[in-house]
Amino acid sequence: MTSAGATPERRAEESARRSVAAVWRIEAARIVATLTRFTGDFALAEDLAQEALADALAQWPERGVPRSPAAWLTAVAKRKAIDHWRRRERYDERIAAIAHDLEHEQDEAADALPWDPDEIDDDVLRLVFTACHPVLSPQARVALTLRVVAGLETREIARAFLVPVATIQQRIVRAKQALAEADVPFETPDRAARAARLGAVLATLYLLFTEGHAATAGDEWMRPDLAREALRLARTLAALQPDEPEVHGLLALLELTAARFPARLDETGEPVLLADQDRRRWDRAAIRRGRASLRRAEAFGRGLGSYGLQAAIAECHAVAADVDSTDWARVVAAYEGLERIAPSPVVTLNRAVAVSMAEGPEAALAIVDGLADAKPLAIGHLLPSVRGELLARLGRAEEARAAFALAAERTQNARERAVLLAKAAARA
Amino acid sequence: MQYMLIMRSSDEAVAAYQEIPFEEVIERMGRYNEALMEAGVMIGGEGLSDASEGFVVDFSADPPLVTDGPYGETKELFNGFWMLDVSSREEALEWAKRCPLGPGSKLEVRRVQGPDDFPADNEWIQKEEGWREEQAARRASA
Repeated sequence: MTSAGATPERRAEESARRSVAAVWRIEAARIVATLTRFTGDFALAEDLAQEALADALAQWPERGVPRSPAAWLTAVAKRKAIDHWRRRERYDERIAAIAHDLEHEQDEAADALPWDPDEIDDDVLRLVFTACHPVLSPQARVALTLRVVAGLETREIARAFLVPVATIQQRIVRAKQALAEADVPFETPDRAARAARLGAVLATLYLLFTEGHAATAGDEWMRPDLAREALRLARTLAALQPDEPEVHGLLALLELTAARFPARLDETGEPVLLADQDRRRWDRAAIRRGRASLRRAEAFGRGLGSYGLQAAIAECHAVAADVDSTDWARVVAAYEGLERIAPSPVVTLNRAVAVSMAEGPEAALAIVDGLADAKPLAIGHLLPSVRGELLARLGRAEEARAAFALAAERTQNARERAVLLAKAAARA
Repeated sequence: MQYMLIMRSSDEAVAAYQEIPFEEVIERMGRYNEALMEAGVMIGGEGLSDASEGFVVDFSADPPLVTDGPYGETKELFNGFWMLDVSSREEALEWAKRCPLGPGSKLEVRRVQGPDDFPADNEWIQKEEGWREEQAARRASA
């Protein structure tokens, strides 16, 4: 970290370290993918890549960044692979031949790309599918993806999640063990498994985005913004898998949601509800990108998936000048679509809110009451809270008061409880 | 954070570039753009048509003086840009260094201002507020 009291040497060191980190962010995925193909062992490849990065951190600040950093890092890692096999006494003729080729390669073209540009895209895609494999827990997928695909260092990931470095290290070690034990091949899934596997990738990026959403802001460089990382990875996926509509749907959802970030907190750092946000602060360029991705998702003509539908809802808000001029009928239609694909009490409750805006509180109350019979506890305090708002709008003050009081009783959050109790008191 | 990579080339660089087969130019730039997209950092960019189609409006005179391209005394011409969304200044620099340009060409790298760079009481932000109120009033009366 650069601080006011840092010596010039310390500052130069830090600047060199940042340069190495920047190179790593750009090259990590391709290096790990290339090494996995080279060694046939993802866990080993990841270790070797990390060792090569450590070498770079030790050497580049003094000797300068090599002309082709990717070639340097890959060559160092490959040499380490050969040393590894030698130690394991698995140094047979095949490996001797590789070692010979490697020396030859280096003499011939130290600057050449260490991979075939026409094949590397597929390898990076295999890497994404490996890091987001369903045998891993969602948390492990997120950590592994950040490290091998996004090229974040372990300590950066730890800082982003506000957990100790050892926790992330452990998560990554266990994840690699789990992949090895399950004997996960380094390949893109076949047609039969494709939908489920892609779903796991998209869910990982979405989880990463929402985690980032909740995280507090810090020094922008020192604490990576997870939501931005998710966006970046979604763009990568859209470039590598352009023929999957839901990839564009997810990218659209993330762009349109991130567009609202500048308005999401007030001066004291408290979250601001969508209805109360200062829409002039929304990021117009992000909205434009999000809408373009949504159009791409729609252009497949197969209907939108669950991310695409959520993006369509976000778009309705993004293009409206205020709450009243929002196209609520379209919001309702999108929630109906979501209910068909991924039914849940939260989606139904959200549809009810949209219906109350499109058609009025009465129609919405019927939906909410239907939900109350079915799954009263699944949505905790949200259900009575929405019910209270609808009853208040219908002028049924006493019932509204009771609903707000029930919501206040159910919430775990002190601030929310205070707001709900105030609403109840206002109807007394 | 967002950065703009602004491409500027001297007349000689433009002439030298015309010596290289067009296919090769396209291929090199295409690969660079593809790498930017696959890294998830590219959020925009455009190339500009030849300066001979452009003109300059110079406000040193009143009324402003209009000069047709390629603007005589200018040493370097602005001929395209990329918009990148990266995590650090160093990463913007790293990407800039990889751009397939030759001698006589430069990339100027500038951070793009975000909402945090503007004070909330900015005059233009207030103007926009007035404009929005006007729109709302018009909608209400319609």
